[in-house]
Amino acid sequence: MTDLSQNPAGAAPRKHGGSLLEKSPHTRKRNAAETRFKAYGIAAITAGLIMLLVLVTTIVGKGTGAFQQTFVTLNVELLEAKLDKKGNRDLADIKKVTTFGYAPIIKGAMEAAIEDLGIETSLKSKELAGILSKDVAAQLRDYVIANPDQIGQTVEFRFLASSRVDGYLKGRVTRDSIVNDKNISAEQLDLVDALAAAGVLEKTFNLDFIFGADASDARPEAAGIGVSMLGSLFMMLVVLALALPIGVAASIYLEEFAPQNWLTDMIEVNISNLAAVPSIVFGILGLAVFINYMHLPTSAPLVGGLVLTLMTLPTIIISTRASLKSVPPSIRDAALGVGASKMQAVFHHVLPLAAPGILTGTIIGLAQALGETAPLLLIGMVGFIASNAPETLADGLLAPNSAMPAQIYEWAKRADPAFYERAWGGIIILLLFLVTMNTLAVILRRRFERRW
Amino acid sequence: MNDMTLMEKTVETQNIKIAAKDVNVYYGDSHAIKDVNVEIEDNTVTAFIGPSGCGKSTFLRCLNRMNDTIDICRVKGDILLDGEDIYDKRVDPVQLRAKVGMVFQKPNPFPKSIYDNVAYGPRIHGLARNKAELDEIVEKSLRRGAIWDEVKDRLDAPGTGLSGGQQQRLCIARAVATEPEVLLMDEPCSALDPIATAQVEELIDELRSQYSVVIVTHSMQQAARVSQKTAFFHLGNLVEFGPTGQIFTNPEDPRTESYITGRIG
Repeated sequence: MTDLSQNPAGAAPRKHGGSLLEKSPHTRKRNAAETRFKAYGIAAITAGLIMLLVLVTTIVGKGTGAFQQTFVTLNVELLEAKLDKKGNRDLADIKKVTTFGYAPIIKGAMEAAIEDLGIETSLKSKELAGILSKDVAAQLRDYVIANPDQIGQTVEFRFLASSRVDGYLKGRVTRDSIVNDKNISAEQLDLVDALAAAGVLEKTFNLDFIFGADASDARPEAAGIGVSMLGSLFMMLVVLALALPIGVAASIYLEEFAPQNWLTDMIEVNISNLAAVPSIVFGILGLAVFINYMHLPTSAPLVGGLVLTLMTLPTIIISTRASLKSVPPSIRDAALGVGASKMQAVFHHVLPLAAPGILTGTIIGLAQALGETAPLLLIGMVGFIASNAPETLADGLLAPNSAMPAQIYEWAKRADPAFYERAWGGIIILLLFLVTMNTLAVILRRRFERRW
Repeated sequence: MNDMTLMEKTVETQNIKIAAKDVNVYYGDSHAIKDVNVEIEDNTVTAFIGPSGCGKSTFLRCLNRMNDTIDICRVKGDILLDGEDIYDKRVDPVQLRAKVGMVFQKPNPFPKSIYDNVAYGPRIHGLARNKAELDEIVEKSLRRGAIWDEVKDRLDAPGTGLSGGQQQRLCIARAVATEPEVLLMDEPCSALDPIATAQVEELIDELRSQYSVVIVTHSMQQAARVSQKTAFFHLGNLVEFGPTGQIFTNPEDPRTESYITGRIG
């Protein structure tokens, strides 16, 4: 050691000569490279965060409007002369009055309201009623059929305003944009302003958007996502009931019992490949097998669930196998060493330890399936207008329905910009579900993670 | 127990518990164990020593068919337990492992309570008819594992929360709880500190009265301290097998001597 520390004259010069207090050129270069790399990383993350921020603000900014809707509060006199000419309150007779028969009543109610409020307008009664939704007559008729004893009375109603009026209050429709619009005129907007000032017309939170059914092209203001949410729920039930047991059983067999040979290798490779297959391929498979061959009903959540099961299985199998693999082999040895059979070792020791991982994988698979649209296009779950919520489990599985992402797609492609707003609103609800599910997955993983 | 007492250790002629005849083990193409013949006696501690990769652990795992879990492993030859071939087609390895217990290199308690760790074996083999009997078995096993006094107040605590030495003694207690006849130990002290090692060694000596113990060890001192018979493995061959005292003081094979004196290994 002495010759190293003393470096006698004549010996080879030391490789790391120079003071430690001064950085050598080599070190400086190395540090600069490291600093540069860190800067790239920070730049990449910043770019990602900015994108996310833009995405979230856009979605929230455009979508929150869908949760508010303009309503007009009116006192309607349910004229016996129009609704029940015979006066005997016979439900069959009352039902004979179609929604057209209610139009005069609505017009009358509007006229009365304007007179009461002392608003001056040159609009005709038909134009007065034009600021209300086309849904109003049906709403009124439903009420009368449900409460025939109210005929002849004056009842207070909250009616949906038409989508143009709603858009005017939300800033989507302006006096400039309606120049060529046949559905609404400047005079009508004057009336809207006057009604709003009087407090008869106001914008409030719209629960019907979250729980209601979709509506036809002419009535965007009445459309809601609730029924398609139920469609998604029933599909998820099918996926959970099929994909979890099948996926877990397949993974346990492949991971713990199957011999290592070319056949299991093939299966393994193909499962990984299936996870990367575009979802539309599963859609056409579902169309060919479940609908064309097995003759299951089209647009049914059962079929949607079956197709999404096929799509989710690889995800569940891969994550289940990964979590089974992460259980240390010493646990299996320990169980086998005290004389447990292979199955006892798996079910008593390995599976409980792998359960949080399996659950996490399943939830993430479900979240993926929940947001899937493409396969639903092919089995007819897009474009169907579900007007009534299913009442029984069988109904929910077999009756035609839509699903949340399909509903969003459907709204986005409709012409009326009022639907566009609803599409964004639907995306907010869908994202809330996905974020909740993913958070649940993270919490489960944190909560049950074991160290050994 | 020091070296001076080695020669005085009495090696009584006893029943042969396990007899291995011409055992060959292959991992795929590699020949791990070559023509091993060995006779393991009852109520004796038999130590397997040898350099790393010499096949001593592989051979140990053949004795309770733990190698069955490795797909590419093939075993040829006969291993007789009480005169019965354990590789016979009619033998269920699970039944065999209840008779031939095993303690592993790394302490591997189940991530469950101390009680459940010990009770697991008796439960799956139906050794207890009721809770009281099970309690009794657990206490007896923990006493035999020389860990009862340390854990009797916290049987519900997780087994993984114990110290390394305690975990290994818990694993020994778990192995004896199923009432095996042979206890295989694969380097049971390699993950333990000297104090814990001393406790486990003392325990092994006590276990000898009821079981036939086979221990694989890297430490020659340990083999000398705990065993009555020693087998030296080298490159898959059983080089020498005999009374521990003789192997350590007067080995017949030059390879054994080289290993013991530290020239190979």
